[in-house]
Amino acid sequence: MDKKYQLPGNNFQKDLRMNIGEELINYETVSLEEVNTWFKVASIEDFPENGGACAVYRGLQIAIFNFSRRNEWYATQNLCPHKQQMILARGIIGSQKNEPKVACPYHKKAFSLKSGKNLNGNECDLATYPVKVESGYVYVGFKE
Amino acid sequence: MKKVVVVGNGMVGYKFCEKLRSKASSDKIELVVFGEEPIPAYDRVHLSEYFSERSSEKLSMAPKNWYMENDVTLHTGELVTSIDRENKKVITHHGHEELYDKLVLATGSSALVPPITGVDKAGVFVYRTIEDLDNIISYGKNVKSAAVLGGGLLGLEAGKALMDMGLETHIIEFAPKLMPRQLDDHGSATLRQTLESLGLQIHLNKNTKEIRGNGKLERLAFNDGGNLEVDMLVISCGIVPRDEMATTCGLNTGPRGGVIVDNQLLTNDPDIYAIGEVALYNNMIYGLVAPGYDMADVVVNQLADGGKKEFKGCDMSTKLKLIGVDVGSFGDALGETPEAKTIVFEDEQQGIYKRINLSADGKRLLGGILVGDASQYNMLWQIMDNELALPPAPEELILASRGDAGSDALGPLPDSAQVCSCENITKGDIVNAIKEGNLENVGQVKSCTKAGTGCGACSPMVADILNDTLKSMGKVVRKVLCEHFDYTRQELYDLIKIKNIKSYEDLLNTYGSGDGCEICKPAVASLMASIWNDLVTKQDTIQDTNDRYLANIQKGGSYSVVPRVPGGEITPDKLIVLGEVAKKYNLYSKITGGQRIDLFGAALEDLPKIWEELIDAGFESGHAYGKALRTVKSCVGSTWCRFGLHDSVSFAVEVENRYRGLRAPHKLKGAVSGCRRECAEAQSKDFGIIATELGWNLYVCGNGGANPQHAQLLAGDIDSETCIKYLDRFLIYYIRTAEPLNRTATWLNKMEGGLNHLKSVVIDDTLGICDELESDMQYMVDTYKCEWKEVVNDPKLRSKFSHFINSETGDPTQKFEEIRGQKIPAAW
Repeated sequence: MDKKYQLPGNNFQKDLRMNIGEELINYETVSLEEVNTWFKVASIEDFPENGGACAVYRGLQIAIFNFSRRNEWYATQNLCPHKQQMILARGIIGSQKNEPKVACPYHKKAFSLKSGKNLNGNECDLATYPVKVESGYVYVGFKE
Repeated sequence: MKKVVVVGNGMVGYKFCEKLRSKASSDKIELVVFGEEPIPAYDRVHLSEYFSERSSEKLSMAPKNWYMENDVTLHTGELVTSIDRENKKVITHHGHEELYDKLVLATGSSALVPPITGVDKAGVFVYRTIEDLDNIISYGKNVKSAAVLGGGLLGLEAGKALMDMGLETHIIEFAPKLMPRQLDDHGSATLRQTLESLGLQIHLNKNTKEIRGNGKLERLAFNDGGNLEVDMLVISCGIVPRDEMATTCGLNTGPRGGVIVDNQLLTNDPDIYAIGEVALYNNMIYGLVAPGYDMADVVVNQLADGGKKEFKGCDMSTKLKLIGVDVGSFGDALGETPEAKTIVFEDEQQGIYKRINLSADGKRLLGGILVGDASQYNMLWQIMDNELALPPAPEELILASRGDAGSDALGPLPDSAQVCSCENITKGDIVNAIKEGNLENVGQVKSCTKAGTGCGACSPMVADILNDTLKSMGKVVRKVLCEHFDYTRQELYDLIKIKNIKSYEDLLNTYGSGDGCEICKPAVASLMASIWNDLVTKQDTIQDTNDRYLANIQKGGSYSVVPRVPGGEITPDKLIVLGEVAKKYNLYSKITGGQRIDLFGAALEDLPKIWEELIDAGFESGHAYGKALRTVKSCVGSTWCRFGLHDSVSFAVEVENRYRGLRAPHKLKGAVSGCRRECAEAQSKDFGIIATELGWNLYVCGNGGANPQHAQLLAGDIDSETCIKYLDRFLIYYIRTAEPLNRTATWLNKMEGGLNHLKSVVIDDTLGICDELESDMQYMVDTYKCEWKEVVNDPKLRSKFSHFINSETGDPTQKFEEIRGQKIPAAW
């Protein structure tokens, strides 16, 4: 047998990617006043227009949205509370009666990007985080 | 507090509970119900649907927890055997005793079984309960032919069900005509002709003398000396009221059965009521559901409100679809009123017969019969019921075609006019509910008012009232895309094409408002892909995640990969490559329904690497992630198969390669079968091609899924070139005109004129657009490129396949478990 291909082991937990970030994360909304740490994520050009990207900060996955059409930036937890999936950064963004929102790719649960509120059901709300843009770089605010 | 016991949990028994609870809560009236069947009340009117749906839940009037939530004590599977009137209690077959203050008999009826010799033989059934149906279905699996005894409403329904089971089906009627109670000779003859043309064999004037056979039914012998060889018999000759325990406790019953009631539905015991098919009012048993509901209403009014409502008899009008044939009969259908005048319209070619009976002075409508086209039923019934003045030329009432006459005739309808006779809902009730509740579709109207939830006959009229009311409120009824685009999909198609718009932002700025959403973005993305065939990942953030990453997202956030395998034909070398790639990237492997191989569990950042290897081996994208052409499945065809007429694999490969990458309002599936044995299941696809001696038969607009539908024949015995030509035209016409996310079957179902219209457009070119349709398709074929090849060769596009923007690693939260030696995502 060609040795170049690795046989799947019986224990898939051995998968390299499983070794980091094991514990379940607690997201908590951070208001602008509470921010004491601005985390530098990436340059503006790295973000898609009118779409999201996922950043990791100390194991915490944050969805950051470049709403270029409105010239606004938003950040929320990347976890969709409906089925606990790390996915929201890949959701389509848009507006509902002018309220900016993101829709989860799995079951189209939509959340306000401003307040994190679930707009079409009874899901838990999202935690939201402040975003600032300085000299071409995007920062997300945390409280330590 | 009063205690009411209801004996019988059928449609009327249930409706009584529902109506009572809407008036009186459990602190006022305690409610106990006994039903002898094992499941709670179900809809017997639509019993024949059980044959296709096989789900008693769909027929259920209300689930078991409805009874709990509404404080109704329901005992199912428990038969009340006697009533002790002196001590005011009922006794069940379990010996269970229940005291009552008021007793309501809603025991209904059983099937009338005539005393024919041999009626106890195996293979003889009645048609009444779900249990009967289960028995019929299981016996029917092993036989070839069946007969129904009785050519009335129920008998014909049963006949349809048997025909749907694939049995040779006979209807045997004692009278010289079908539906003798509802139809006249002419109407009955018209119905008979149509039913016979559909394959039902009808025998009139037949008095069945004996059911013969050795242990089981083998043939029927008639009084006229004739015989009919048949494997199964379903008896549907009428009903017998279930009044046995009423008789034994001394309640007055009629000479032919039924508990005698007065106009308050009271029996000769002032504490016992009878409602529904067990009640004999004015020497009449009402074998329809609407009068039963009326009776329930009258009793509820007395018990809950202390009211004095009276039952005044009921109209026996009826409208139904029998085996696809509309039949309506209303009021004085047979023109028995003295000096009634009759107007008749008959079209033998189309199997249509209509008759209306007018009063002697020609001013009032007394009743009528509609066979083959009952679209004017509601309008006529309303004119009769509301005693509206007839137009000067009343014949136009039955000549006018539906649509123009329907709505106009409803205009003058008074608000007091009853629209839904099952639930007793008036036009005013519906109009008010629409205005106050801001209702916008028929579903909302139904759940809000209950109109149309009984027999359903008034549904078209409810829709008309909704449209008229919305119009009167100044609301435009148009299927616009969403709040951001005040255009239908078809209008946007034209705008994008004519105005040469290539990006979503341009379209939104020019013709939309707001910032878009998850509905309009993918819909516009699909339109632009269908029109310009540009690489979808160029506008990646308007795509649904599958199209954004050119793979199918699965539980846990990993993706699956499906390379194209045209026609399902694959070389061993290519199979080995798939196996090797699957091993290398640790992918769960499964064969799909479309004859391809699906590799699951790929991390987002691995997708470009996986595809690089697949493309090197000669694979292309399979577009399993897109609302696009998926597969053209094939059987092995004439190259190998001894039955094959033509080379179905070669044709499937040709067709799949022609339409690969074609984006559409929804996914598209095709198949090619090499003979009429149809191993490729082509008739369940959006387009299906089946070999004939002379060429190919082309079927269109079928699908599997939640609502399976067979494809219909668009053209027969055509050569390969013609087949491709028709397919080109059909597909582009669908792409141009369908609503978002409508598959071809739904599109055709909504199309005015249906298959005939489709044929006239794509075959006869009545719209004069066929050249355009063909050149549009040729453009798509000429500009096809493999999306994954484009991405793999473009470092900028490749860089988008990463979970984190600030880290090279994949998503560390993805977890997998194992099943049968392969990985699966952890359950969510």
